Amino acid sequence: MRQRKRAIIIAIALASLVMLPLLVPSYYTGLFTLMLIYAVFAMSLDIVQGYTGMPSLGHAVFLGTSAYIVAILNVKIFHSSHFGLELLAGILSGAVVAAILGLIVLRSSGTYLLMILLASSMMVWGIAFKWRALTGGDDGLPGITRPDFGFMSLNLQNTMDFYYFVLLFFVIASFLMYLVVNSSFGHTLLGIRESETRMRALGYNVWLQKYIALIVSGIFGGLSGVLLVYYNGFVSPVELHLVTSAEVLIMVILGGAGTLFGPAIGAAIIILIKNFVSGYTEHWMIILGALYIATVIFTPNGIYRLFIRSER
Amino acid sequence: MEFILAQTIDGVVFGMLLFLLAAGLTLMLGTMRIVNLAHGSFYVLGGYVGYSIFQWTQSFLLACLSGLLSIGVLGILTYKAVLDKRFARAVQSQVLITFGMIFIISDVCRWIWGGNPLSIPKPQILQGVVSLGSIVVPVYRLAIIAIGTVILLALWLFQEKTKYGAIVRAGVDDAEMTQGIGINISVVKTLVFGLGALLAGLAGVIGAPFIGLSIGLDFEILLSAIVVVIIGGMGSLRGALIGALIIGLVDTFGKSLFPELSIFTVFAAMVALLAIRPSGLFGTK
Repeated sequence: MRQRKRAIIIAIALASLVMLPLLVPSYYTGLFTLMLIYAVFAMSLDIVQGYTGMPSLGHAVFLGTSAYIVAILNVKIFHSSHFGLELLAGILSGAVVAAILGLIVLRSSGTYLLMILLASSMMVWGIAFKWRALTGGDDGLPGITRPDFGFMSLNLQNTMDFYYFVLLFFVIASFLMYLVVNSSFGHTLLGIRESETRMRALGYNVWLQKYIALIVSGIFGGLSGVLLVYYNGFVSPVELHLVTSAEVLIMVILGGAGTLFGPAIGAAIIILIKNFVSGYTEHWMIILGALYIATVIFTPNGIYRLFIRSER
Repeated sequence: MEFILAQTIDGVVFGMLLFLLAAGLTLMLGTMRIVNLAHGSFYVLGGYVGYSIFQWTQSFLLACLSGLLSIGVLGILTYKAVLDKRFARAVQSQVLITFGMIFIISDVCRWIWGGNPLSIPKPQILQGVVSLGSIVVPVYRLAIIAIGTVILLALWLFQEKTKYGAIVRAGVDDAEMTQGIGINISVVKTLVFGLGALLAGLAGVIGAPFIGLSIGLDFEILLSAIVVVIIGGMGSLRGALIGALIIGLVDTFGKSLFPELSIFTVFAAMVALLAIRPSGLFGTK
């Protein structure tokens, strides 16, 4: 019964995502594209934050590094888009950054881990900010071209075509992440979240499991960076900044940490609110700040859990 | 030689400022496990309040007092209103609350004081320079070192020699046990948070003639303070001092020797230390 209900919900969600751009003006199609990209990003954070219980405030490092790698390949080396190579490079850079970071940070835990992740990711921000020759400094790197597959009538310059392009990756990525968190590996991560000592006593190599979780998270974070850089056609140090790390964390907490699809909903809500509020008032930062605090006070467990109870 | 001496003095001055910030941050972390991301914002807001009071009264001393008191009160109010509540127990909750405050304080500062960089002039008696051997040092920089040292001594005496200091140390070691022997740990935590905030506000005022006040300074200050705490170890005043001096010196030398890599040098120091001591110089576990 539950299986069937879930299948129906997924089918409805998919159908509405496919239908959306046909029903709304193209400005909103662009906004929905951005939501899907950040949804992938937020879900990738949920693997470490929600499932493994490692508080992270440096997740932007995966998005940003991948975005910069793709941008540098695209603008400085190929002078055009080589989609396959760029996608691979973006995803790999996420994985490699995670593998390096993991060696440094995973000896610590809790608050200390969070601060080290924060500082390490801001170091990468510092590199992007200062190394003008390669990254363009705080001006960023403009002029990134979207891939051109040269078949059928697919034209990614077109907002609607690009939406479906991103939607395809969103569906693949969320399906893969769904498999990961529901695999025995995913359940091991939940075990680590609940009690690290118990998992260690049971014979699990806790360090290795966390390390792999971080790399998996880095891979999908890297993917979201690739999509974002094509969406914006531009990359700047903001993508690596603490502000971005905090933004993706609020998406996860607002949606519901440890629910995978909750953070996707959280991402959509935050993108929507940011978009509208910044259009209406100059003091949107006050409203955004209040939203952060209100989220913690009113929905510390996330809105996903308000609708779907007794999931487990 | 002159270069090294001059840079060392600048490094120690910056280190003393960082110590004022990191001391508060590390006490908050030690006693209540709270990462106060708004610490850099407390610094900047304290500086702005001091700036306005200075404009109004032309008294540097009043500027210091107002910066320190206003941020101390803000800290206590913040702690009582949100951070002491049940919903703020998880690390990520504290992080989001204090991050929200960064946004709010930053916007309020821009609203009231505008986006242009501001600075407070040095007090009259501390203008001028002194010669130390072959180099000239502004008196104000020496004054910052002096103020930092006085506060360091005061904090050390408070922590090690008074009953209240013993209570705070007990709270760092084992909060539940401390409560168990009849100490109202909630009051202790509130006061420690207020004290940490107060030091940040004071640092904002005395740092303003030296590094000014500008947009984005909140993150810069926060980051340096966090790195200091990571290096020193959570909850350790001695760690905060040594970490602050290390970062002050590394940052100052780094900025003049490898300007392109200035941010990188600080983090390289941090990563190198973490590789050897995963919980910082004086961290317990």
